Amino acid sequence: MSGIKRPRRQRAGRYTVLMLGLAATGLVYAAVTGAGGAASAATPGGPSPADIAQGKAIFADTCSSCHGMNAQGTAAGPSLMGVGAAAVDFQMSTGRMPGKDFDAEMPRKPVTFTTEQIHQVAAYISSLGGGPAIPSAAMVDPAGADLALGQQLFITNCAQCHNFAGAGGALTYGKYAPALTHSTPTQIYEAMLTGPEAMPVFSDTTVTPAQKRDIIAHITTVRAEPNPGGFSLGRVGPVTEGLVAFLGGIAFLVFVAIWITMKRREA
Amino acid sequence: MQGSGEQFPPGDGAEEPRESRAPHRVVGTPQSARARTLLEAPPQEDRRPERWLPAEPSNLDQAKRAERLVAALFILSMLASIGFVAAYVGLEVHSVVATQRSNLALGVSMSVAFGALAVGVVIWVRYLMPKVELTEERKPLASSPKDRAEFDKDFTEGAEASGFVKRPLLRRTLIAASVPLAVAPLVILRDLGPLPGTSLRHTVWRKGLRLLVFGPNTPLRPADFAIPGQMITVVPDGYQDNLDALAKAATIIIKFGPGQLRPPTVMNWTVDGIVAYSKICTHVGCPVALYEQTTHNILCPCHQSTFDATRGAKVIFGPAARPLPQLPLGTDAEGFLVATSDYHEPVGPSFWERG
Repeated sequence: MSGIKRPRRQRAGRYTVLMLGLAATGLVYAAVTGAGGAASAATPGGPSPADIAQGKAIFADTCSSCHGMNAQGTAAGPSLMGVGAAAVDFQMSTGRMPGKDFDAEMPRKPVTFTTEQIHQVAAYISSLGGGPAIPSAAMVDPAGADLALGQQLFITNCAQCHNFAGAGGALTYGKYAPALTHSTPTQIYEAMLTGPEAMPVFSDTTVTPAQKRDIIAHITTVRAEPNPGGFSLGRVGPVTEGLVAFLGGIAFLVFVAIWITMKRREA
Repeated sequence: MQGSGEQFPPGDGAEEPRESRAPHRVVGTPQSARARTLLEAPPQEDRRPERWLPAEPSNLDQAKRAERLVAALFILSMLASIGFVAAYVGLEVHSVVATQRSNLALGVSMSVAFGALAVGVVIWVRYLMPKVELTEERKPLASSPKDRAEFDKDFTEGAEASGFVKRPLLRRTLIAASVPLAVAPLVILRDLGPLPGTSLRHTVWRKGLRLLVFGPNTPLRPADFAIPGQMITVVPDGYQDNLDALAKAATIIIKFGPGQLRPPTVMNWTVDGIVAYSKICTHVGCPVALYEQTTHNILCPCHQSTFDATRGAKVIFGPAARPLPQLPLGTDAEGFLVATSDYHEPVGPSFWERG
């Protein structure tokens, strides 16, 4: 779960944020400058009181046992104050929430709610403490993004956990960085913005929305590349390829050696 | 072919006349008394077979099938070789994917070419060639005494005729000429490069150098990096394209909430809970940036060295022997994050003179 307790602060000087955030969506960002200022957030289409009420009802039914009736958090689940609509949308649209098995890591699993219901819960959580909003489709559209910069940012800041081809990797104590194979551009954006579970946060002031789009474009481009050999081998690089070649090759050569030296039955 | 079924008298070329080296060790012939075996000698048979090896395989039908199979494999190998040439000439390599396809085609065709050839040869050997076990004794390596005496004589004569012994002037000047020639390579070794000096102890970080987010190369204010759990890779301003410098200067900064950072983190080197550590693992120098914001562990992907980012990147697991060096941080007049000095200890893996 996200560890964001403080609202994100927006600086007026971040033109790219304003251009892509405000101009593209109009509704998504209402920026408030100054230290400690609260960034209010809105869900796409603007949440109506009815949506928030509906979201609250879903929350009470399915989330409150761990996160508390007022999302204040319990021993079983963290507080959701200020995590924002983006965190809710990420967790619920990837099926991680509502959680089933409380293990080191919440696995991606089939989604149990409709997008509309998820957005209603997101609107409710957002109404409690603000936080990052769900990005619009235009903000996550990989078309026309700077792939080279996206690759540099990905290799520098993402690849150490998620693997250079987005195949995921192990962390400490059973945690793992998931593969990015099935992540939608929106989910990738939300993950960077909110830092789910052990993932660090890459806020818009550090990695701008335009750069996030570049990263998304890199991920979607790389994962669409074909595997000319026919096998991806997990896309974890020469290690598995070498392992398969070594183990498979050695086993094969052993059988070949046995076959060559096998005593021929004299007919 | 070798086997242990039969033992043959060892040959002894030095003592025997040369013409006796014709086959006198034949399957089934007796062991000599000198043979090193504990087995009882087989009954004496003084009979040479007509031929050493049978002319025809024992199973002609099987041999016919094997022959066809081997021929088919050789033709397959030939076709694969032609395919290799065709793939090399015909397949484009102008893009990554095209190159991957070309590599696949070249690899498969070459594997089939060599593989089919090898399998064919093995089948040929196994099913068409006769299977007879023979033991061949080692021949003595030493030359005969007569040959050795002749060589001695020739060598002495040659040495005398050359004048190497009789003409000391030539001999000594030749030796004098060869000594500096032998020393010359040692002088060339000098040009392998300068000694590292103190370069391992320093990076390009210095007082007032801004921290740039690597990639977009934008400077950061503490307020831009205000959410606890944030982490980003930074490089020194002006060196973002200097890979030699970045090999040592790569740094990660992490934001912590109030009270999260504890000793031995140097608090004077942090700004608003932002702490900077070297990105080069102190074990063998992998980029170490698997930062978990829940546990505050920095994990090295190479050998699982784990550092506690809240406690001065202390090693809590794995083979690294030293914490990641901490970079002293401050802000400049415009409020951007800057280094206030170089790292105070060498970054990266330990080295002999490090102390």
